[in-house]
Amino acid sequence: MADTAQRHPTALERAEYFATLIFVRAGVLPWFLLVAIIVFAITTDNFFSERNLMQVARQSTYLIMVSMGQMVVLLTAGLDLSVGVMFALVSVITSMTMVGVWDGGAATTGAILIGCLAGFGAGTGIGMVNGIGVAVFRVPPFMMTLAMSSIVFGIALMITGGTPIYGMPDNFANVLGYGKGIGVPIPIWITIGFIILMYVFLNWTRMGRYLYALGGNLKASQLSGISTRFYLFMAYVVTAGITTIGAIMLTARLESGEGNIGKEYPLLSIAACVIGGVSLFGGTGRLPNVVLGAIFIILVQNGMNLLRISSYMQLVVIGILLILAVIADNYRQKLLLMLRD
Amino acid sequence: MAEPSAAVLEDSPEANASGDTLLSLENLSKQFPGTLALDRVNFDVRAGEVHVLFGENGAGKSTLIQIVAGVHRPSGGTIHLHGKPINIHSVHHARQLGVSAVFQEFSLVPHLTVEENLFLGDELTRGPILNKRALARQARETLDRLGFPLRPRDQVMYLSRAEQQMVEIAKAFRTRPTIMIFDEPTASLTERETDRLFSLIEQIKAEGIGIIYITHRMNEIKRIGDRITVLRDGVHIDTIPVEEATDQKLVELMTGRVIEQIFPDIKRNPAETMLEVENLVTAKHFVNDVSINVRRGEVVGLAGLVGSGKSDLGRACFGLERIMGGRITFDGDVVYDRAKHVNKLGPRRMLDRGLYYLPSDRRQEGLVMMQNVRENVALPSLGLGKFSNRLFLRRANERRVVRDIAQKLDLMPLNIERDLEHFSGGNQQKVLVGKSLVRDVKLFVFDEPTVGVDVGARVAIYEFIRDLCEAGAGVLLISSDLPEILHLVHRTYVMYRGELRAELDQSEISEESVLHHFFEKEDEA
Repeated sequence: MADTAQRHPTALERAEYFATLIFVRAGVLPWFLLVAIIVFAITTDNFFSERNLMQVARQSTYLIMVSMGQMVVLLTAGLDLSVGVMFALVSVITSMTMVGVWDGGAATTGAILIGCLAGFGAGTGIGMVNGIGVAVFRVPPFMMTLAMSSIVFGIALMITGGTPIYGMPDNFANVLGYGKGIGVPIPIWITIGFIILMYVFLNWTRMGRYLYALGGNLKASQLSGISTRFYLFMAYVVTAGITTIGAIMLTARLESGEGNIGKEYPLLSIAACVIGGVSLFGGTGRLPNVVLGAIFIILVQNGMNLLRISSYMQLVVIGILLILAVIADNYRQKLLLMLRD
Repeated sequence: MAEPSAAVLEDSPEANASGDTLLSLENLSKQFPGTLALDRVNFDVRAGEVHVLFGENGAGKSTLIQIVAGVHRPSGGTIHLHGKPINIHSVHHARQLGVSAVFQEFSLVPHLTVEENLFLGDELTRGPILNKRALARQARETLDRLGFPLRPRDQVMYLSRAEQQMVEIAKAFRTRPTIMIFDEPTASLTERETDRLFSLIEQIKAEGIGIIYITHRMNEIKRIGDRITVLRDGVHIDTIPVEEATDQKLVELMTGRVIEQIFPDIKRNPAETMLEVENLVTAKHFVNDVSINVRRGEVVGLAGLVGSGKSDLGRACFGLERIMGGRITFDGDVVYDRAKHVNKLGPRRMLDRGLYYLPSDRRQEGLVMMQNVRENVALPSLGLGKFSNRLFLRRANERRVVRDIAQKLDLMPLNIERDLEHFSGGNQQKVLVGKSLVRDVKLFVFDEPTVGVDVGARVAIYEFIRDLCEAGAGVLLISSDLPEILHLVHRTYVMYRGELRAELDQSEISEESVLHHFFEKEDEA
């Protein structure tokens, strides 16, 4: 009798301890995902259909790309609010160049390549300006990228006059936007490729390691002989680079160049990172969690669409989730301190 | 005794009678998760005395005063104030009871004025409106009473460290305490500011206030202490009057070992000169016309108080300070020459030449606390062939090399994948030291390598310095820890306010000879 009375609470305690441990180790994301999946599985009937899941995966690609980019600067204790207008400018420059070159009589493939390169150049150009501002002139990342948002958005609208650009070669949209390989959309393949690339970059290269060190302790990194200025600059370029790839894919999907797309990405990408456990103060965060964070956000949006929740209400829900994630992370830090040994 | 806190400031004979026990702690214990920070400690403070609380970091000093100041609640034992048992609920409650603490970290708001800071959280009001005239009058009174040359309307951010400390003291003093606690108050003060602080403490003491003074610096004890209580690992070791406190005895009480067991004997085998500094002047003249040299195979001390410029000198050689004049030669190459506009300094370049600077502040400048041991140790050397090829890191190699180093340094626990913040101070320091081991280093500059480490780590670091020196490296040991200078180095330079005051050889180094140059001005006075 005494035995069972003692055993029972320890088993319960063990379960509780286990749950806490998962929370402390992996953060709030596994629980968020679990709750979302259960809720949508119960309330909708086609959530688990193959078609819908593929849809979620495809829609996630753009946000995954931006979030991976955002993660790079967050690691250095910075942030990039200009990822949204990168979409706008890249879309505009890519489409205009492509249309111009194609109309000038160039081969279709050549026109597509030149268009993409021009877009890529424009996007990474924004990153270089961000990087110079932050690393060389020590403008706070928040100010620098916020100001750049205004500047670049203005430029994108000036170029287009606010109207969409049509007339790109069909192949561009057919391959990069709607194409499939082995039954899976091309954008998903590209994104998987970049996830692997980013994973190797962050974990197996010197620069990846330096990004973590930089955000963890700038001064110690400097004293360890690392050129902090150069790597800070490069962080913004890499962010812009990978965001730009996402922007080109979205341009292909939309089959037009638009000066006002991407507005939601600064918030959503930061949300994906924070929900995925990236610290806003730099130095910590794992790529797989960020990818899952981005998928989670799209999953929630998708589920809400299926439930016919209005897009206005969806904005409210995403905001609430973001705040909850931060509160949960604070709590997790506290637990971490308590469970130190 | 009804209102003891108010009575003390009046010149009542009772308050001034030294020897009245104000506060006594009996069998005080404090259990933190996983550690017993205090184990049945007895401690008391009398009116008009400075009772020094002495011990290494982690000995329980801070925990003890935090309990007295109301930050923590004790797990066991009793506290008597004026003979009556009490419970202290909060910092605010402690203040009401007449216990005020001046903590190491200032609790001042830089943008507010002296006056506003003094009354922060306790403003006098008339209805909802601040009673500014009464505030100004009371602030003036408090400052005058203490004789502090401060203007109540000055913004705190423009004051010197010592003046800010005066504000902090005035703030603690304003509530008319019977007991004042000072937690390592000289940690960031210059020598002149320290003098000023000590005379203040004398003054407060004469008011009949009991003072608890926490330090781990032995030379301060003799200057202001009346009694000394030594803690080690949360246990009360001994309480002795200051007359009985010799360095030897204090070190033994503090560490539980005799001095000879702490400081290893290092063979001196001087070879070619590695570092030659000539007439160096740094920006703001923190270092003024100083020349020193260090050879391979010897340990050279650079002693002096905080603010004497000794640290600036070490940092300048690594390229971390702006230099205004002079010449630096390293390993036969001129790396800095003001006259010829040569400047090849900088962390990356000096690391590659074989100079390694270990900063004093491991949290701020030394380590990435949220990364693990492996990543920290490898950080300065990732560019080397053993850690990476042109594109990728060689993580298996990295693991092997770092594991060897961790073993060599006796890292506890021996887990290189554990984040730095989960190690004790001493083991963090070992990691900081370990970072230098990956590279081929010819000269090590240690900047206060044993600040805030326990005696075990201290011994490990000294033995490490010995091994480096005997393996043929040069060591420059920048230190304000007197025993370290007395027992470890082969020769030492002493700096005083940016200038080089002396160069002493091993045979000439004694407590008197070094201290004489530490406090030269005081001796003349």
